[in-house]
Amino acid sequence: MDAPIGQSAPKSRAGVPIEIASATKRYVSARGEVQALAEIDLSIAAGEFVSVVGPSGCGKSTLLMLISGLIAPTTGTITVAGAPVKRAVGNVAIVFQRDVLLDWRTVLANVLLPVEIKKLDPATHRAKARELLRAVGLEEFEDKYPAELSGGMRQRVAICRALVQEPGLLLMDEPFGALDALTREQMNLDLQRIWLRNRNTVLFITHSIEEAVLLSDRVVVMSSRPGRIADVVHNDLPRPRGAHTRSETRFIEHVERIRQHFLALGVLSET
Amino acid sequence: MTTIAASPPVISNRLADWASRNGPVFAIFATIFALWEAAVRALGVPDYILPSPSVIAAKIVASWQLLLVNAFVTLEEILLGFALSVIVAIPLAIAVVYSRIFERAAFPFMVSLQTIPKVALAPILVMWLGYGIMPKVMVAFLISFFPIVINSVIGMRSAEKEMIYLVQSMGANELTTFLKIRLPKALPSIFGGLKVGMGQAVVGATVGEFIAAEHGLGYLQLISQVRLDTPLLFAAVVVLSLLGVLLFNVIAVIERVALPWTRVATELVE
Repeated sequence: MDAPIGQSAPKSRAGVPIEIASATKRYVSARGEVQALAEIDLSIAAGEFVSVVGPSGCGKSTLLMLISGLIAPTTGTITVAGAPVKRAVGNVAIVFQRDVLLDWRTVLANVLLPVEIKKLDPATHRAKARELLRAVGLEEFEDKYPAELSGGMRQRVAICRALVQEPGLLLMDEPFGALDALTREQMNLDLQRIWLRNRNTVLFITHSIEEAVLLSDRVVVMSSRPGRIADVVHNDLPRPRGAHTRSETRFIEHVERIRQHFLALGVLSET
Repeated sequence: MTTIAASPPVISNRLADWASRNGPVFAIFATIFALWEAAVRALGVPDYILPSPSVIAAKIVASWQLLLVNAFVTLEEILLGFALSVIVAIPLAIAVVYSRIFERAAFPFMVSLQTIPKVALAPILVMWLGYGIMPKVMVAFLISFFPIVINSVIGMRSAEKEMIYLVQSMGANELTTFLKIRLPKALPSIFGGLKVGMGQAVVGATVGEFIAAEHGLGYLQLISQVRLDTPLLFAAVVVLSLLGVLLFNVIAVIERVALPWTRVATELVE
C-alpha cells in the first residue's frame, strides 16, 4: 500500500555518523552569560534514530543547532560524517516545530527549495519530490499554496522538503509539537515508515516521552541549566512499532525510567 | 438546490459577482448624488456656490480636452515622484535591514524628518527648482517616500529566524537568502506601502501645483477658483479623484497578479 520511496534508486547515501566530543556552549549577551550546555559527549551511529528529551531550557535546541553547524560550540568538537562541522555543512536537513513553509511557493516548489539552493539536478529531484508527496498522501496538493493546507499537511510538506535532498542527517526540533494528538500519532508512524526506508541518521527533539521511546533506538535524557546528559536509554523494541508497542512491558519500562528522571529533576511533581 | 442555467456561465457569473461585490458602493454614490442634485434644485443654490452633479458632469463633457491635457501633466508629476520614491526607498530599506549604520543613524534620522510637514517645503522647492515640473515631482516624492520605506523595512524584517536558519543550513549565502526569503516575504508589506505611497504622490503633486504652476489639475483648480468657475473646480476634483482611484487600482491589480498566494491566504470560503 505504501508508495515505493527510494526504491527507484538504491540507497547510496545512507545515514552519517555524528561524534560530539566535550562540546559546550555559552551564550554571551548584554544581560550576561548563560551556560546553555555543559560538556556533552555523544556518539551517534550512521542510520541511528536518537531522540533527545528534557525540560524546557535544557539546551536541546542548542545541541541541534550545534550539530547543524549554524552555531559553533564554545569549546569541544562536533564531527558529522567524519568531518568537523562548519557553517552550512551540506548533507544535513532540519525540520522545525514551525513548518516555515514559504507562503509564496506552491507545495511542490516548497519541497524543491533545497534543490534550488544547492543547485541539484531539477528533473530527478522533481520526480523525487512528487514521490515523497505521494508517500505522505499529498500528491493532489502539489500546486496548492501552504495557506490552503492544514497544520498536519503543512508539516508533512516540511518533512518532504527536508528529505528531498536525501540528507545523511535529519535534525528535527519538536517537529510535531504544534499538532493535535491524533495527527501527531499518524505523523509518528509516517516518520517511522520513511526512516525505515531511508535510514538517515535522525536526531529528534521532543517533549513527549512516549513519542521518543516509540521512534528511537536511543533516548537521550537531558537535565537543565546547564544542559547535560542525565541518562541514555537503549531501546531495541522490534520495528515497525505502533499502537501495539505502547502496551509492551519494555515500552512501559522505558517510559517509566525516563519519567523518573523528570521527577528527580523536578520537572514533574506528583504532589 | 436550484439548477442554474449553465449555458454562458463564465461571463455572466463574473458579471453577477462583480455587481454583487461593487453594487453597495455604487448604491451609496448614487444616493449621495441624487440627494445632492435634489437639494441644489429644490433650494435654488447658484452654480458658483455649489453646482449640482448634472452641471458638473456637463462641465466635464464640455471641457474634457482642457481637463485631459492638465490631467496628463499632473499624472506625469505623480508618476515621476512615485517612481523616484520607489527607486530610493527600496534600496534604502535594504540598507537599513542589512547595515548597522543605516539602522542606527539613517533610519532614526528619516523618522525625525518625517515630522516636518512636507507640504511646507513646497515653497522652498519652488524657490530652488523653479516653476517647472520638478518641484511638484519633489513634493510628490517627499510625501510618498516614507510609507514605502517603512513598509519595506517592516516586511524585510518579518522573516522568522527558523526560515533564515533553514536556508542557511542548505548553504544559502546572504544574497540567496534575500532573494528567496526576505524579499518575497516582504512583498505583501511593500505593496501595502506602494498603495499608501501612490495616494500620497497624488496629494503631493496637486499641492505642488497649488504653490506655483502653469499646468496641471491643481493649477486648473486655482484658476477656476479665481474665475468663480465652481463647476470647473468640481470637475477638476472629480478627475483628480478618478486619477487617484485608477492609480491605486493599477497597483492593486499588479499585486493580485504578482502575489497570487496572498489571495489564497485571506479569501474566506463560503
